[in-house]
Parts: sequence; C-alpha cells; structure tokens
Amino acid sequence: MIPAEFDYVAPETLDEAIRALADGGEDAKLLAGGHSLLPLMKLRLAAPALLVDLRRVPDLAGVRANGDIRIGAMTTHSALVRANAGLASVAAATIADQQVRNRGTIGGSLAHGDPASDLPAVVLAAEGTIVARGPGGEREIAAAEFFRDYLETTLAPDEIITEIRMPGTEGWSFGYEKFNRRREDWAMVAVCALVRIESGACADARIGLTHMGSTPLRATAAEAALRGQPLEAGAIAAAAEQAAEGTSPPADLNASADYKRHLARVLCRRALERAAG
Amino acid sequence: MAPVRVSLDVNGTTYEREVEPRLLLVHFLRDHLGLTGTHVGCDTSNCGACTVHLNGEAVKSCTVLAVQADGAQVTTIEGLGGPGDALHPVQEAFWEHHGLQCGYCTPGMIMAAADLLARNSDPSEAEVREALAGNLCRCTGYHNIVKAVMAAAKATGRAEAAPPPPPGDPTVPVTGVGA
Repeated sequence: MIPAEFDYVAPETLDEAIRALADGGEDAKLLAGGHSLLPLMKLRLAAPALLVDLRRVPDLAGVRANGDIRIGAMTTHSALVRANAGLASVAAATIADQQVRNRGTIGGSLAHGDPASDLPAVVLAAEGTIVARGPGGEREIAAAEFFRDYLETTLAPDEIITEIRMPGTEGWSFGYEKFNRRREDWAMVAVCALVRIESGACADARIGLTHMGSTPLRATAAEAALRGQPLEAGAIAAAAEQAAEGTSPPADLNASADYKRHLARVLCRRALERAAG
Repeated sequence: MAPVRVSLDVNGTTYEREVEPRLLLVHFLRDHLGLTGTHVGCDTSNCGACTVHLNGEAVKSCTVLAVQADGAQVTTIEGLGGPGDALHPVQEAFWEHHGLQCGYCTPGMIMAAADLLARNSDPSEAEVREALAGNLCRCTGYHNIVKAVMAAAKATGRAEAAPPPPPGDPTVPVTGVGA
C-alpha cells in the first residue's frame, strides 16, 4: 500500500516547523514517529498535501524526572520505557511491539487523540499538561481540556506539542491493566490507577480509562468511592464496581459495550490491587 | 510532488538518491537498492517481515518513509553477518535449530532477535517471546524460533552485548530517538 502523493519538509528549528505548518494550511500534517499517521496514509484514510517532519528539530526528545516528570514530545515509547518514569513508562511498555515502540512517540500519540491508545488516559489520570508552541507562542493545556472527541484534540492546526508534563508521583503508587487479544492490538479496555496511601487508607485516587468512550476518561465515581477508604480487598472491589459509571463505550468487533463495562470493572479492581501492593 | 534528495548508509555503503517523499523505506531497500532480503508481509506494521535496524534499533520498514531515514544507518538481513559469507550468530542458530519453515518471516525474525540480543545478551524465554511479539510466523514455527534465539544468546555470551541501561535512573538522556 502506497500513500497518496505529498510534499515533505524536515525543518531544523521549531520556529521553521511552526511556519511550515502554518504555510501548509489545513492540508499540512506533522510527522513525528509516523506510527499512527503513516498507516492511515497507506490506507488512504488520510491524504495530507504536506508532511512537516520533526526529526531534525533539536531538544524535543528526552525524559527528565526532577520533582515533576517532563517528557519531550518526540520521546519514543522505547525511550520512555528505559527512563523508568513510573506509570507512563509501565504503560508505554505495553504499546504494540518493540519495533513500534522504537518509532512511536508520546507527542504523536497524544496529538492523534485515539482513545484506544495507552498514553492519553495515563496523562489524563496523572493530571498532566501538554505544552504546545504555535505562531502566538507557548501554552500549557491541561490534559482534561485536551482530548475533545474521537481523534480530535484542542490543539490548533498550527501548534506543535513540545513537552508533556506530569506532577511528581512521590507518595503515589500505581497499577496499569490492559486487556487485548494480541500483544500488538490496541487496548480493548485499559485502566490506570494512581493511589496516594496514608496510614493504610486511600488519601487520593486518580483512575484513567482507555477505550471506554470517544476520549480517555476518568472513573470519577470509583475515585470518589475509594477516597478515605482502607486499601483492602473489600473497599477496592466496591470502588471498582463503579469504574464504568457514566460511560458509554463504543462497541466494536472485539467487544460489546456491556463487555467493555465488565472489563473496566475487572481491570480497575486489578489495577487498584496492584497499586495497593 | 517534489522529489527529495536522501543519503542513507545501508549495510556500510552510502547511497544517495532522489526519491518521492511517499516512498517507503522497504521499497527503497528492495526496489531501488535490490536488497530483497527484507520482505513485505502484511504491509500494515503487524507482521514484522520488513524489520530492519535503523540507527541500531529494530523498526518496521513498511511504516518508515525513506525520507525519514535520510542521514541514518540502516542494516538489513544482507548486512547482518560478518565479512564474506560469515553468518551472524542468530543466523547460525536459526540454521542449526531449524528456526524456519517457509522462510518468509525469517529475515524479520532474525533482525528482531539480533536487536534483542544487542540490548539483552541473556534473555529469558519470556523475554524472547516478548521481543518477537511484533513478528508473525504463519507456519507457526515459533517453538524452534525461540529455541534458536536462546541458543544464539548462549553462543554469543555476555561479553559481546552492551550492558543494559541502569534501572531507575531518573535522568536518562535520550538521544537519536524519534522520527
């Protein structure tokens, strides 16, 4: 399968990339690792007239954990795994396969806005922010404001994600549970749980849901049910029962909506159990 | 659409070519350079038959544009062995342990396995299966493939492979990643 024809530029600075993107108008697309975009282009589901490749733009890759966690947009999933930066690294290790992780990037994954991808719900649950640069300068977008709909974000067409920031996770433990049929598949459902434990009880909980709606979601009912409770099997199971509250997951060939709600409850329980240690 | 001039180091030889931006790396290797050892299987980044090393990392060359590999080092199955007809230890082990049946997935399997052994010289069987999760064998010959990779790891020994990155380093500098 061959993509439709397009023009290609690989600017050497972020400003040049922003300009190229603006000049290209609505038919221009950014290229990071290409592992969401190129498959769509090969299937002719996307046919941008111009690709602006970020590969030569310096300083967009790397992970720094110094208090908060800062992940450059062009950091590959493999590099994120190697950085051993908690929940995001554990989730990244489950993405597709080694070859895909060697190319796919966190910035590309978030910009693509696929609710079945692993990292969007992680950044949402961690209450992270997305740093973007455009012609008007830089802005920081809360993950809760970033994902708008299926494959849609609030990123402007001429903005480029430069960094993903997540609060430090000292004092938090986490669990990540994902269900799919094959290692390479997208999550049928995945659940990430961050739990702050004080004297054996849950002081705070943040639970993210993957593929339970047209965007990544927070399991707010389950979070509320767990706060203040002792982190033992009964309280965890009771909270996990609320994991699918308020969701209307899309049915697909793999799973009905009911089955996905079931998966969310089971995976939420397992993720919380893992976080509780 | 304007062609783009690219320069790639493939198996130690530098090639300069003008290519269409939409040309996939796998077609550049096969059709422009005649290196047909890299196979096209599914063409949807599932099967891994097209796996090559790009700057030392295994990638699926059906999902990389040739222009993205401009300035990069590419190793294909043809360039994996030593000088002359010397085989790479993974190639030797596939031969010895009957790690192939029809042979279609073999180049990709070997490239993915060599990538694993460069990162982890002493993998467990589970780690081998994990590293080959992106490579499909339609003959279902996985058992002997895993056996071959384990044997290659033993044959190569620890000395030849790079040490793994230190666990838990909070400030791992990342270079040369991304597209």
